[in-house]
Amino acid sequence: MTSSSNSSHRPRLSLGSILYLWPRERVMDFYAEMIESPVDVIYLGETICSKRRQLRPEDYWELAERVVAAGKQAVVSTLALIESDGELKTLQRICADERFMIEANDLGALGYLEGRPFVAGHSINLYNHRTLAFLAERGLARWVLPVELGRETAADLLRLRPEGVECELFAFGRLPLAYSARCFTAYNRNLAKDDCQFCCGDYPDGLTVSTQDGQPFLTLNGIQTQSANTHNLLPALDEVRSMGVDLLRISPQSAHTAEVAEVFAKVLDGEMDTAEGMAKLRDWAPSGLCDGYWTGQAGHSAGLSPMETR
Amino acid sequence: MELVCPAGNLPMLKAAVDNGANAVYIGFRDDTNARHFAGLNFNDKQLDQGIKYAHDRGVKVFVAINTYAQPNGWERWTAAVDRAAGLGVDAIILADMGVLDYAADRYPNVNLHLSVQGSATNPSAIGFMQRHFGIKRVVVPRVLSLAQVAHLIKETSVPVEIFGFGSLCVMVEGRCLLSSYATGQSPNTFGACSPAAHVEWRDTATGQETRLGGILIERRSHGEAAGYPTLCKGRYHVDGELRHAIEEPTSLNTLDILPDVMAAGVTAIKIEGRQRSTRYVSQVAKVWREAIDACTRNPQAFRPKESWNQILAQVSEGTQTTIGPYERTWH
Repeated sequence: MTSSSNSSHRPRLSLGSILYLWPRERVMDFYAEMIESPVDVIYLGETICSKRRQLRPEDYWELAERVVAAGKQAVVSTLALIESDGELKTLQRICADERFMIEANDLGALGYLEGRPFVAGHSINLYNHRTLAFLAERGLARWVLPVELGRETAADLLRLRPEGVECELFAFGRLPLAYSARCFTAYNRNLAKDDCQFCCGDYPDGLTVSTQDGQPFLTLNGIQTQSANTHNLLPALDEVRSMGVDLLRISPQSAHTAEVAEVFAKVLDGEMDTAEGMAKLRDWAPSGLCDGYWTGQAGHSAGLSPMETR
Repeated sequence: MELVCPAGNLPMLKAAVDNGANAVYIGFRDDTNARHFAGLNFNDKQLDQGIKYAHDRGVKVFVAINTYAQPNGWERWTAAVDRAAGLGVDAIILADMGVLDYAADRYPNVNLHLSVQGSATNPSAIGFMQRHFGIKRVVVPRVLSLAQVAHLIKETSVPVEIFGFGSLCVMVEGRCLLSSYATGQSPNTFGACSPAAHVEWRDTATGQETRLGGILIERRSHGEAAGYPTLCKGRYHVDGELRHAIEEPTSLNTLDILPDVMAAGVTAIKIEGRQRSTRYVSQVAKVWREAIDACTRNPQAFRPKESWNQILAQVSEGTQTTIGPYERTWH
């Protein structure tokens, strides 16, 4: 199956914010590489844990300037769960900066962003057209579809969306599934959250949770729980394009992220067929691929990208 | 402080009212509420009877319409709001911004509460909901420590309700997709976590296996106690070790910190468990009524009675209870 390149609406590619704790130097190297990659939009900022401070908002703004200088859009991402006063103050400080578009990931951010253009991330619960219209009136420029919603709801929302509001899909990466007050990485290392020793830094792709019969199931990343399988919409690109989806998000992983972006770009441009792309992506998804959410099935299932072994 | 008790059906509602609830919360028989279980919830006749029973005894009735509507089926949520508003209930508990927008626009005089499923954990989020939808109360997710709850109450003019007892959600409510990852159905989209239709029990030589959506979420040796199979409370392999990777099969009980909860200025304390039994709600409401009254009379001298904790332990799911996130060490 070759992805057709005749449609006028070719989705752009975006790079989600880095969800894991990587050393500062690695982060810098990663963005130097991704700025050269075929992604059009780069999301920058800490979205998981306020204790991770090896990059400050100033560092992300500086990176954002470089992204813009390279002709790409920079979006500053914010924390997905705001509990403390300190977290709220940082959020307020980030939202007060008007140079870049900002992605809201907690409802608290909407309180600071309404009245100017903003992006609603996938952890803002935008499930229907009325919520879409309500937020559009308050400045919503783009929304990332909540990851548990599939093509039926995506198609309905795209049909009913207010003029000019863009839709982005989480297209490749371990699925962000849940947030908690508890740091699961510290919990499983028998450490208190307040004395976590930044142990999440030991897991550049998160800590895998496997079932008692040996199936990789979930990935723990601090207060976030992700899927172990890598969600992948490459086999759905024809459909995604015909619906009018504007952006496809690739979520950073410790290896091959730029190559994943290359595969998506080539398949979208008709320079690589889907089967060849799938063969490559499979090698870069250590716990296997999944796509069930897109087709209305359980998120872990893989109807569009059957695995060799299961 | 108001005691808000669950009612999954008419006998439960009466039991909650008779045993000291100040308010009961109920749902309709469909996926518009987060306890969408077979055989649970109220039909029209039961609604009328239940509301009359509660109101005649000075007890409030709240209707939970706290799942997320998608475009296909949207009318079920607006119809549920219309129905609740027409019943003359004391508040509607909503989560979805679109549904809140509809309700606030259509029924400006009906009290709206922001459900725990609405995921508002800070003053900015609550303020946003208050500005746009005029919410009269917020039920906060089980992620804040008690110190954070106390601070939040100072920072917002919206009265705060917290969960005090019952099953413990480990994740921020409204933003947990673990159930749909395993089964295709989540609290947000379907109104149930780990729905029973996707649970499979199997006896094997190595023990009893519990699967959810085909995924092995627990395997225990024969004779080990089994609770309701919730995937966040199963045992998994992490770094080569078999353990409760997310949470143990434990439930929430905040009786020990009741004076602090009251001192923090909490408006209402909620008991989880619309899916539980009439006996459950009778016993829990009775104990909490006594406790709240004792604590109100003399907070300094308040100590939970041994008999209260024994009764609560008997009706708790799992064998352990925890103060949960209200205590910082839980995090």
